[in-house]
Amino acid sequence: MTSRRSFLIGMAGTAVAFGFTARGALSPPAPVTSRFDPTLWFSIDRDGIVTVNIIRAEMGQHVGTALARILADELEADWQKVRIRAVDTDSKWGLMVTGGSWSVWMTFPVFSQAGAAGRIALVEAGARLLGVSVDQCQARNGSVVAGNRSVSYAEIVGRGNLTRVFTADELAKMPIKPAAKRRLIGRNTPGLDVPAKTNGSARYGIDASVEGMVYARPKIPPTRNGAKVRSIDDSAARKVKGYISSLALEDPSDTVPGWVMVFASSYPAAIRAADLVKVEWAAGNGANISERDVLGHGAAQIADPKGGVLLVDDDGLDAAFRGASSTLERTYTTGSVMHYQLEPVNALAFEKDGIFEIHTGNQWQSLILPVLAKALGLPQERIVMRSYLLGGGFGRRLNGDYTVPAALAAKALGKPVKLVLTRPDDSRFDSFRSPSIQTLRMAFDAGGKVAAMDHHASAGWPTLVMAQGFMAKGLYGKTYDPFAIAGADHWYDVGAQRVRALSNDIANGAFRPGWLRSVGPGWTNWAIESFMDEAAHTAGADPVAFRVRMLDGKGRNAGSAPSSVGGAKRQAAVLQRAAQKAGWGAAMPKDTGLGIATTFGQERAMPTWTACVARVRVNRRNGVATVEKLTIVIDAGTIVHPDGALAQVEGAALWGLSMALYEGTEFVRGQVKDTNLHTYTPLRIGDVPELDIELMDSSEAPVGLGEPATTVVAPAIGNAIFAAVGARLRHLPIRSDALFQSLTQKS
Amino acid sequence: MTKFRINGRAVVIDAEGDTPLLWVIRDDIGLTGTKFGCGIGLCGACTVHVGGRPTRSCITPLASVADAEVTTIEGLDPQGRHPLQKAWIDLQVPQCGYCQSGQIMQAAALLKDFPTPDDQDIDAVMTGNLCRCMTYVRIRKAIKQAAAELRKGAVK
Repeated sequence: MTSRRSFLIGMAGTAVAFGFTARGALSPPAPVTSRFDPTLWFSIDRDGIVTVNIIRAEMGQHVGTALARILADELEADWQKVRIRAVDTDSKWGLMVTGGSWSVWMTFPVFSQAGAAGRIALVEAGARLLGVSVDQCQARNGSVVAGNRSVSYAEIVGRGNLTRVFTADELAKMPIKPAAKRRLIGRNTPGLDVPAKTNGSARYGIDASVEGMVYARPKIPPTRNGAKVRSIDDSAARKVKGYISSLALEDPSDTVPGWVMVFASSYPAAIRAADLVKVEWAAGNGANISERDVLGHGAAQIADPKGGVLLVDDDGLDAAFRGASSTLERTYTTGSVMHYQLEPVNALAFEKDGIFEIHTGNQWQSLILPVLAKALGLPQERIVMRSYLLGGGFGRRLNGDYTVPAALAAKALGKPVKLVLTRPDDSRFDSFRSPSIQTLRMAFDAGGKVAAMDHHASAGWPTLVMAQGFMAKGLYGKTYDPFAIAGADHWYDVGAQRVRALSNDIANGAFRPGWLRSVGPGWTNWAIESFMDEAAHTAGADPVAFRVRMLDGKGRNAGSAPSSVGGAKRQAAVLQRAAQKAGWGAAMPKDTGLGIATTFGQERAMPTWTACVARVRVNRRNGVATVEKLTIVIDAGTIVHPDGALAQVEGAALWGLSMALYEGTEFVRGQVKDTNLHTYTPLRIGDVPELDIELMDSSEAPVGLGEPATTVVAPAIGNAIFAAVGARLRHLPIRSDALFQSLTQKS
Repeated sequence: MTKFRINGRAVVIDAEGDTPLLWVIRDDIGLTGTKFGCGIGLCGACTVHVGGRPTRSCITPLASVADAEVTTIEGLDPQGRHPLQKAWIDLQVPQCGYCQSGQIMQAAALLKDFPTPDDQDIDAVMTGNLCRCMTYVRIRKAIKQAAAELRKGAVK
């Protein structure tokens, strides 16, 4: 993206700006004018304040703090003078997306190089001011130092005339500090976003307001797709004080078919009025579809050897199965899971000075801007999304569909519209995690060795429905949703391997499948890691030793620079470390067991080596499984912000636990069954087990941490239940009645 | 017209008596630290104090707080330095932060009732406050740390 551009450093107004420009590769920086407009990653003003521009959404990761630390470390900045700025959308930022646990991984090289380039320019200018050569100088804590003399960055900027150009080649070869010389990366610092979140001053999308706005609440149609409004009767709503009107939206982007907006002068009036507005719809084709139809269709897809997309298709797989001395085949399913981000989706939209402004928290601005442009009939340049904190992302706000009805309503009314969904509205409009069904098979040779494995997975494909540009190329010229199958392309050496991804078109048509924290690895690893446990027991092997033997780091599992150096050997290391920490092999009290699972987090190109041991006690009288302890070991390479990293692992692990035992819904005739907390029951404080989390010491390339711990917890729990009482559960979430039934059948 | 006091200030609100207090606080008075989560009193994001008691403002009608003293997160401490707020920063409790005003207000009431809370006290009182980021481990620690600071202050 930046390869043909050069990195410019130059004066802009009263500050010096550092960034890329799209202009000619070697054109000098423009003089001090308002026209100097490179893609700025950061600037330094005459007080020495370093302002770092953050294009990632702040949704609890303290992402601005972590990213600014990367830049400030190479810049040798004084951290006390570093500020972060959440930017609004602009094409100059390139791809704006916050998801996939990508932020640190993607930004680390860019910000390291930008910081280093800034440091080199400042040292050169500082040397000139001190009248010494560059090699007598070093940068430290916001100053250029030569012997006992120094000049601060503020002074250097104050003297002006700081100009420097780096070609893309120079930038790419920019020497980055060795780990031992890092001063900020790897050390703790308070999150810059935290204080405002303790005193009520933090501003979320729902807090946005503008003079003259009206409030809107939608009437959500009976199906996500294809619904049409037949009639609207607002006679009862007219008695509500503050009620304004109701409007069926015309949506050229087809994002919210069948939506009716109810407007009022206050939000409680909009809530009340919407309850009284009667709408008749012609429902779309999802109205007769339920969870079992989705899973049944997936089972039929799996049973048909044709169809789907192969990601891995090794020679000899069929022969290995034909010649196997024994085989194992198991099917695993997962139910629908809702995001339930605590801030219901919302957006404030209005037109001002020819620009359409959307005020909201969002994770993938680059994805929704073209949709907004289509909906509004405007070029993208005339739409700007203003950034706010997100009251939870978890993937819900990767899908910015909620901005569209606000924008359409503001256009139709010719005034600012503030759309807020109630919780039941938000649940019914959620792009929840699709149900999934997977069948795995393993072939053992005469020596009991694993000779082959195949994996067939069917689920709704969010990327096919919403972001076709991010579909991946599979074998034989077909494309697939990489986020809905990642994990199945694991790092175990299983001999001949086949992985087949199936797009569940019943799911894709009946609802809008979403990306939900960890996406595919949240279900593929439920299957793989439960299956590995079953396979180990079938082979009469210890589940840890069984896995370690296959994590040999050979062939395609050797790993490669930059992000997967060491390959499967690093996965074996976290697995063994977790086992050791958790006391694997020790005798357990009655009906209590340890279960283990390991994954590589999100994707092969960015593996976060992850392992978990769950200690679970089962009450045989009612089938209730209690998780007593989770031991988690992660190797994520370099850890930029250790306490922030730990917080992400804590949260992700408890999400894994919540999805394993506490929450989950069911799709019933076009709608999710559970729409609020009286029946949708995520983990609460009293359900939290003891957590023992270790981040391995490493100076390898940093990878992602927001999701990986989510992926290991459910299979570790399932395996622990088996270890405790011999019951094997193959559906997520694990409910006490299912466990109780399984125990009853055994006895 | 409903009269009450909020964070020590008298207000008169012209809204229907059955309007949820939450929206009066957020949209009429303009204090947006109190949050909307579920609308049925089960997530705790909207927790404020009415007469010193933790109250779910999303299901509290305006008329019921006539002449009462309401405290929101903005009024918990004039400088935002309540021992809970200090502990919340010290232990870096918030992630997305959306539920944390409610968590802190609930915890402030807890510390009045249980000056030396153990895990069971905390679980029992805080179970009504959902944290979707699952910052529960740190919430528990921070409540204990704030309790210790309050006790130290009381001894002096």
